[in-house]
Amino acid sequence: MNSAVPQVAAEAFGVYQALYIVAAACFILALKWMSSPVTARRGVLTAELGMLLAVVSTMMRHEVVTYQWIIGGLLLGAAIGVPLAMLMPMTHVPQRTAISQACGALASALIGTAEYYRTFPTGFTMAALMVETLLGFLTVTASCMAFGKLNEMLPSRPITFKGQTFFNLGVLAAALAVGIAIVMDPHNTMLFPVFVLLALIFGVLLIIPIGGADMPTVIALLNSYAGLSACAMGFALDNKLLIISGALDGSSGFILSIIMCKAMNRSFTNVLFGGFGQVQTSAAAGEQKPIRSATAEEAAQILASSSSVVIIPGYGMAVAQAQHKIRELSDSLTKKGVEVKFAIHPVAGRMPGHMNVLLAEADVPYDKLIEMDDINGEFGMTDVALIVGANDIVNPAAINDPASPIAGMPILDAYKARTVMVIKRGMSPGFAGIDNELYYMDKTLMLFGDAKSFVTELVKEVAAA
Amino acid sequence: MLAAFVGFEMIRKVSPLLHTPLMSLTNAIASISVVGAILISGAGDSPTLSRVLGFIAVVSATTNLVSGYLITDRMLKMFKKREPAQK
Repeated sequence: MNSAVPQVAAEAFGVYQALYIVAAACFILALKWMSSPVTARRGVLTAELGMLLAVVSTMMRHEVVTYQWIIGGLLLGAAIGVPLAMLMPMTHVPQRTAISQACGALASALIGTAEYYRTFPTGFTMAALMVETLLGFLTVTASCMAFGKLNEMLPSRPITFKGQTFFNLGVLAAALAVGIAIVMDPHNTMLFPVFVLLALIFGVLLIIPIGGADMPTVIALLNSYAGLSACAMGFALDNKLLIISGALDGSSGFILSIIMCKAMNRSFTNVLFGGFGQVQTSAAAGEQKPIRSATAEEAAQILASSSSVVIIPGYGMAVAQAQHKIRELSDSLTKKGVEVKFAIHPVAGRMPGHMNVLLAEADVPYDKLIEMDDINGEFGMTDVALIVGANDIVNPAAINDPASPIAGMPILDAYKARTVMVIKRGMSPGFAGIDNELYYMDKTLMLFGDAKSFVTELVKEVAAA
Repeated sequence: MLAAFVGFEMIRKVSPLLHTPLMSLTNAIASISVVGAILISGAGDSPTLSRVLGFIAVVSATTNLVSGYLITDRMLKMFKKREPAQK
């Protein structure tokens, strides 16, 4: 800042622009550092610093004259946010992310609304504003619905009805039409509430047909929408920092959802419009096939006498909160000289990386968590594949049965292990509603029971073995 | 956009191990909209409606911001390499 012009306004302008660039750089560095667990915490600190810079420099801008509302809002938000982060158990991270996303999207939607009623902008600014408001409001309701489904306050099965896709597209088209009408004639204030309502309805409709198993994709996608909304806000308010960070966020959410889609071998549109799980009721109605079940004692004998065990956790582990017990099991097996590894499928659980977080919470060192592509080659040499609360991600139908709804989805090749053990509460199919032929294989032992109590017993029996 | 491209490159490198913390971090970064909220609610010429909406926006953006950062950090604290002294 070595500007020779001593004008106060120009000086302030330069300072906050420079601070904005620094803040944006902080966010980019933060994302870079997130790529490794070693530097990730530094990344978070950097992002916090960037956010602090952004807030402080914005407060210094000369347009900002009244502070009591801002300070009050910041304090109140912090008062809600701190307990939300600190008291939330780790198994509820997906829900928390959804609700927090709803908050973020609400903010950008409301800002769009407020800006509209404040300035009645025209042309490009107005169009950006409408994009922001549309994405903002639809993300609000969509996130709330996702929260409801994740928290099991709403049925997690897809809800579909005839002509749903057309109806949804119709609502979207109506929203866009009203939006364009507003851009043409910004002073037509009657239309704005209609627009908001349509966006809200579309958000609900977007999530209703999506089943629990697709939640990881959807959460990532909503994250992307929230980011894009902030980006559009940047164009509407002519604020570069908002554009940059919004775009960062939008692209990161988008990539994550693409990764998730790939991990399930499904196309984007399929996830968004596909009612998954209502087609295959006929397939499951086949004859009662024989299964082999075992007690904890028998299972423990096998585990203790094997030389390598791969544990495959799924959503069931999260529901039963069994991660600590699993770590104990892994410890006591390791003590007996058994090599224990964890195989993590990219879409196990309800959000990207869900299993990693849970196992990390239980103090499982992260170098034991192996990704799908790296571990699949090892199953042939594995004595026991222990599946805890996972189903579709180990279903060989994805490879063998081209008619299966999950055909082509990459799976963990648990069926190649010498023995497969499945801890499960009952024979009910997984979230995709598909029967799993793995359960009927000769080398498969079904261990029926709640994951947590069963693993507890296993730990006891292994120690005794 | 350049930022989008940079974001693309960054995320591709992130291992699936850290997807959840990554999501909650980008989630927190999305609350950069607090900047817009501050501009709206602090501007001298805002009508009451905009001011009220701006205030709610500041509250919800801050909620997202604070809880997003705290929980990301809490999660990352748990990711550690095996200690040599671990029992």
